[in-house]
Amino acid sequence: MTLAIQVCFSRQSFVLDIDIDLPLSGVIALFGRSGCGKTTLLRVIAGLERVPGASVIFKNKIWQQGNRFLPLSQRRIGLVFQEASLLPHLSVRGNLEYGYRRTPIAQRRLALNEVVEMLEIGDLLERSIDRLSGGQSQRIALGRALLTSPDLLLLDEPLAALDSQSKREIMPFLLKLTQQASMPIILITHASDEVERLADHVVFMHQGCIERTETLREAIARPGSPLFDEKGPVAVLEGKLKAMDERGLQVFQSGPVCLLLGGPEQPQGLRRLRVLARDVSLALDEPTGLSILNHLPVIIERIDPESAGRVTLACRLADGQLLLAQITPWSLLQLKLTTGQRVYALIKSVVLLE
Amino acid sequence: MEMLELSPADWQAIAVTFKLCFYTTVILLIVASPLAWWLASGRSMLRTVVQAIVALPLVLPPTVLGFYLLTILGPRGFVGGTLEEMGWHHLAFSFEGILIGSVLYSMPFAVQPLQEAFNTLGRRPLEVAASLGAGAVDRFFTVILPLTKGGFLVAAILTFAHTLGEFGVILMLGGSIPGETKVLSVLIYDHAEAMDYAAAQRLSLLLLFVSFVVLFVVYAINHRFTTVKL
Repeated sequence: MTLAIQVCFSRQSFVLDIDIDLPLSGVIALFGRSGCGKTTLLRVIAGLERVPGASVIFKNKIWQQGNRFLPLSQRRIGLVFQEASLLPHLSVRGNLEYGYRRTPIAQRRLALNEVVEMLEIGDLLERSIDRLSGGQSQRIALGRALLTSPDLLLLDEPLAALDSQSKREIMPFLLKLTQQASMPIILITHASDEVERLADHVVFMHQGCIERTETLREAIARPGSPLFDEKGPVAVLEGKLKAMDERGLQVFQSGPVCLLLGGPEQPQGLRRLRVLARDVSLALDEPTGLSILNHLPVIIERIDPESAGRVTLACRLADGQLLLAQITPWSLLQLKLTTGQRVYALIKSVVLLE
Repeated sequence: MEMLELSPADWQAIAVTFKLCFYTTVILLIVASPLAWWLASGRSMLRTVVQAIVALPLVLPPTVLGFYLLTILGPRGFVGGTLEEMGWHHLAFSFEGILIGSVLYSMPFAVQPLQEAFNTLGRRPLEVAASLGAGAVDRFFTVILPLTKGGFLVAAILTFAHTLGEFGVILMLGGSIPGETKVLSVLIYDHAEAMDYAAAQRLSLLLLFVSFVVLFVVYAINHRFTTVKL
């Protein structure tokens, strides 16, 4: 099941040249700088832009090919824009019901009260839309799109126009949505933290072309990945967070790998951890007498060439996930590290992704 | 009280005038909506040309428009002549003729407020509605109309009012046939020509009053309305 897109057009200095089969499972992030053509590609998928000669085929259903062009209203796509774009002449409830009422009963998979509960918008239903905050409006926009029970959900930088507080407010809902939604989601973004939190696949776009499509795990295991920001290489680990124990610690477990997390108690369940390579050191033997809680046995899988006075090593954990460690070239020489070697990774700190 | 008493000829002219205003407004709202939509939906050379043509009646002397229409719709004109050949009547000096004239003459007064309203509306609400499963007709009635009803109202009222004050085009194209093309403005001219100043006064006062009320309503509806200057 894929979304096959072929489109080639240029307008002034802007060029879009795409030929891709997108996997239709989970969350696909379209990642790239602003102006790289992400939004135009989304508009082609949605049928908002009718590019001559383009072809868009969704699960063997022709959305556009040759002279055939299915209008957006018949594509069953849920669209959420950067700005909430609520219909100003309707109430919150009117907005939510607009699409719901136009969805044939046989195709409705979500009821109004389920969506209201999931997005916690019960208190807002009777409010007029000009008395909503940015985060609230965006939640209504998400709910409105969900209520059409779409075959595909397109999110065009849904967090970009929000301040950081609203972002924090809406992120848990997006995460819940991506975990519970039964439809594939295409998320357009230029923020790597959104990709790390939400995506399963990443499509890297650059100057109107697709550079590569890979799973999130592949994307962040690659040296010099465009996802890395000024904090350098980063690994994202998936696992189950357990309840806080009597030591005041929470266990984050993935197969045989266990990490201990201190700090205030976080909700349990399937979570992602962000580990910066610069927070990971390596030791030849299991160290003792350290304040660092987490030391895990790993196998060095790859040693990337030195850059900016640092060497990044990709280390395989016992559960198969990759951890990145950053050390100085001098340490590499001193410890005589080579690929295939068994060492211990010392993790100074981790960030639990909301 | 005697001053305000209207003659049967006056009533006949009032009937013709309001019939003309009504038909012009209805036709123009139907014609101008898609045209204004197209003009508001982007920029191109063709749009600029059409925009200029639509605005021509604002600057052209009505006699010029009337003269061209007379030559086109008259018995020897391209349209009038063709109609004659098909066994119909040409359109000069007829109600249908002045209706065509006033539709063209009031075109900018319908197109510009609508175009302004559509520009303000933008594309986004329609894209949203389409993604929620609303087809084109559905979108027109549930999104475009409720969000631009001010523009439609202003366009309708201005068209009606502007047709009320039409004179040059009608005189050139329709002449002064009672019950057919003799509208209020033409009748006032006739009264004044015949030195019947009392009759001219009565009708002028009526037009002045109606026009004021109409404009008052327009500005009350839409304070931001500045596109069309009378």
